[in-house]
Amino acid sequence: MFQDITTLLLDPKAFKDTVDLFVERYKGKDISVVAGIEARGFIFGPPIALEIGAKFVPLRKPKKLPGKVISEEYVLEYGRDCLEMHVGAVEPGERALVVDDLIATGGTLCAAMKLLERVGADVVECACVIELPDLKGRERLNGKPLYVLVESH
Amino acid sequence: MFAAENGLKGDPRLQAISDAIRVVPHFPKQGIMFQDITTLLLDHKAFKDTVDIFVDRYRDMDISVVAGVEARGFMFGPSIALAIGAKFVPLRKPKKLPGEVIAEAYELEYGSDCLEMHVGAVKQGERAIVIDDLVATGGTLSAAIRLLERVGAHVVECACVIGLREAKGQCRLNGKPLYILVEPREVDGCY
Repeated sequence: MFQDITTLLLDPKAFKDTVDLFVERYKGKDISVVAGIEARGFIFGPPIALEIGAKFVPLRKPKKLPGKVISEEYVLEYGRDCLEMHVGAVEPGERALVVDDLIATGGTLCAAMKLLERVGADVVECACVIELPDLKGRERLNGKPLYVLVESH
Repeated sequence: MFAAENGLKGDPRLQAISDAIRVVPHFPKQGIMFQDITTLLLDHKAFKDTVDIFVDRYRDMDISVVAGVEARGFMFGPSIALAIGAKFVPLRKPKKLPGEVIAEAYELEYGSDCLEMHVGAVKQGERAIVIDDLVATGGTLSAAIRLLERVGAHVVECACVIGLREAKGQCRLNGKPLYILVEPREVDGCY
């Protein structure tokens, strides 16, 4: 049952409220990096980054980022995929958030966190609009906190 | 039209935005000087200024739709939409949007590609802008304009951070005005 956030984006008040809820939570917490997962993480991440004074770092599918990258592979239901981040985008010791529209199994978020940790960042929290709790993605985050706005069973 | 020739002449924000963009030579292939906006996104002030310049321009133009082209248009479009009170409509590569879509094909250098939009996202008569990070030939933007016009929207302008000087006023954009902040740079001293 696909959770389609595009209709949320058509509702300016609801979309603004979504971003505001994350901004209220993370403003003033000394977060300097918002990492967003391609592609729907690119919709929510930048507005949050801009409001809290952080940089936005896109985490992308292979071969999209033009510069030198580090890659993290992750397992899908059938097969594997890979997430990449630009070398130098994030410095050691930076406090980071990972943002995506939805957490299902947690595989993608886990790969995202690993990328950030590999360069020495401190992942403070993962933030998603929707959680599918039955898929237990929360348990795959190596103890990192997860903040979601809505659940879908 | 370029922002510098349209009210923002000498605006120091434009130079900072240009400087924040990294040039990656020979990506994705030999001869192309790729304009990498990810470094702009790392510079909070320059990123904010980019969004603010577009917001200042479109705020009072009664725009109800900001359509962003996947994927880098997603990095700029939503912030603009939120600030001007418009909806954000993602225009995506095939098979990404889950609902009923309309599709528009466009030419690549070799072959063709396709852009899709959800049916019902945009209503007849709505005033729309299209956002992407860069305009080169205008093929993708033209497809985006056609999608919006097919559902009866009025495309007021296309807005890009970077644009080739030859891109402005090209008929491939169906006569729609183009608003561009900076030109591409050839080489990069810093990175």
